[in-house]
Amino acid sequence: MKLLKKKATLDKKTTSFEEEYYIASQWQLMWRKFKKHKLALGSIAVLVILYLGGIFCEFVAPYGLETRQIKYTYAPPQRIHFFDEKGFHIHPFVYGIKRRIDLETLQKIYSEDKTKKYPIHFFTHGEKYKMWNLFPMDIHFFGVKEGGVIFLLGTDRMGRDMFSRIVYGARISLSIGLVGVFLSLVIGLTLGGISGYLGGVTDTILQRVIEILRSFPTIPLWLALSAAVPPQWPPLRVYFGITVILSFIGWTGLARVVRGKLLALREEDFVMAAKIAGCKDTRIIGRHLLPGFLSYIIVSMTLSIPGMILGETSLSFLGLGLRPPITSWGVLLKEAQNVRTVALHPWLMIPVVFVIITVLAFNFLGDGLRDAADPYK
Amino acid sequence: MISYIARRILYMIPTLLVISVISFILIQLPPGDYLTSYIAQLTETGESVDKATIASLKKRYGLDKPIYVQYFMWIKGVLQGDFGQSFEWNKPVGELIWERLSLTVIISLFSLIFTYIVAIPIGIYSATHQYSLADYFFTSIGFLGLATPNFLLALVLMFLFYKYFGLSVGGLFSPEFIEASWSWAKILDMINHMWIPVIVIGTAGTCGLIRIMRGTLLDELRKQYVITARAKGVGERKLLFKYPVRIAINPIISTIGWTLPQIISGATITAIVLSLPTTGPLLLRSLMSQDMYLAGSFILILATLTVIGTLISDILLAWLDPRIRYERRL
Repeated sequence: MKLLKKKATLDKKTTSFEEEYYIASQWQLMWRKFKKHKLALGSIAVLVILYLGGIFCEFVAPYGLETRQIKYTYAPPQRIHFFDEKGFHIHPFVYGIKRRIDLETLQKIYSEDKTKKYPIHFFTHGEKYKMWNLFPMDIHFFGVKEGGVIFLLGTDRMGRDMFSRIVYGARISLSIGLVGVFLSLVIGLTLGGISGYLGGVTDTILQRVIEILRSFPTIPLWLALSAAVPPQWPPLRVYFGITVILSFIGWTGLARVVRGKLLALREEDFVMAAKIAGCKDTRIIGRHLLPGFLSYIIVSMTLSIPGMILGETSLSFLGLGLRPPITSWGVLLKEAQNVRTVALHPWLMIPVVFVIITVLAFNFLGDGLRDAADPYK
Repeated sequence: MISYIARRILYMIPTLLVISVISFILIQLPPGDYLTSYIAQLTETGESVDKATIASLKKRYGLDKPIYVQYFMWIKGVLQGDFGQSFEWNKPVGELIWERLSLTVIISLFSLIFTYIVAIPIGIYSATHQYSLADYFFTSIGFLGLATPNFLLALVLMFLFYKYFGLSVGGLFSPEFIEASWSWAKILDMINHMWIPVIVIGTAGTCGLIRIMRGTLLDELRKQYVITARAKGVGERKLLFKYPVRIAINPIISTIGWTLPQIISGATITAIVLSLPTTGPLLLRSLMSQDMYLAGSFILILATLTVIGTLISDILLAWLDPRIRYERRL
């Protein structure tokens, strides 16, 4: 195989496209098909940006998660300017914020203070933080000099910067999908594998269990399970508790895919050949069967991540999922529960946009992967 | 056909058993039993705790007996229509849930109908006009609808209505009808309020169905019998509706079993956001206050309803598609 590949690279210029097609491995073929799916490629870019933001949230966010600017509660999003009275500046800047109180409604009204100008600096020093709770640092991706403030997406009830909170929330919301899918994968692979490989009574029983679990309306079940998470649990434990609850139904889909593929592959001639050659069951599963349906598992995983993210968002939104100090997008949206508050401060709904973008990106990616993994298309 | 239905009903029994066990586990999950929280609540409000009441309650739920005996006592009660006591409302659970449940069923049914009425024509149109502007439009709307969770859609709609029409769109009834008994006026009022929740709940399902309908119909349209029929001069309309559409509708009906849990799920959370007088808000409240008999009964009944819905869809499918009833018989 290695030799073949080497030869392929050597002769690349001389071989025609067709020859290349025949010697390409399964994964190369898939990558070739996947590249044609522009939406899926774009989605990868979007997801990489979102995940990088989540991983390095302390650095990306200009302010800390709980940093309160008491003077600026419910401040609207600030505009970034390139033009002032003197014309165009290559360096973007924000104006200062003026605050006055409407005497009739007692609402705070914010407006731009054109006399004060704060250019946006990149890789600038700002609030101190500990990267991943380990390395003390104070460099932020962007920020303004002391005295000015920058609220790209406004502030909330307590004067906390929404953009920073959303970036911090990304870490929780995005990781819970991955952790949940990983848990589902472990359960789904084990049970689906057993079900598909053994067949018979075990298979029937497991299939019935899966059917029953799938017939449960998920939200009420999730609600009931997460209501049982004791309130005195530490935040990290709550996080894992919720993830386990989300995977409680998630594994069924994966188990079904695994079982279906196993049943189909089990009858293939190469499995029979391996059996006759005296391979052990574990080797047959790991070496001969698993690569056959790995691509399907990846597709199915990608498509079940959004469900997890949405599940967590709904639970936290209703107050039964994660709770502060853990901040996810759902927890942020809890602030937007009241229509009147939202009508006055619409930027509180911005986390919705991030949820939707993430879910869409995962869906497109999953679709692209599915098309690429399907040899009959 | 009859033997098929009988077999499906027999299949339901273990399913329902497992559902009841899961619901019972949910009732038992919160730390401490029902009685301790009840006593704690009574002492909190300063009421005296009557020893005789406690003893009688203990006996009623068999709290001094092992857990499986408790389960059998509970399930025996459920079968006789006694779902236990809601300690928050101090009423039997049965009294609290039926009206809300019937409203949930009505809303879910309307949402299901809405889903079909919207999804099937759009799916057909998208498939017959593949890659047209309208097809792209519906596909992107469909993706957006799939990605937007129900409660967010409810939230956004509420916000828009409040902002542009100054209306608050919560509830199912106008204020003057909330306490009124059922009459034609009240039903009309309800229908007037119903369309927003129905749209909100139906959207996610609609978007999914459009995609399924479009996909299967496209597959059917490429098949040879369509070409044959066209070659023989069958009119386009007749050609479309006589065979491919009928086949393409099949998977849609067979997925009622998945759509239904989705709709009930969506109805729960949408009802909470829009504060509809259905099961959702009461379920949430009972869970928050750990009023577990109420919560457990809701989950038991909602899951049972879904199972019954799936049964109906299976029977419908077998009736529509002879292949299924013969295949199962073999």
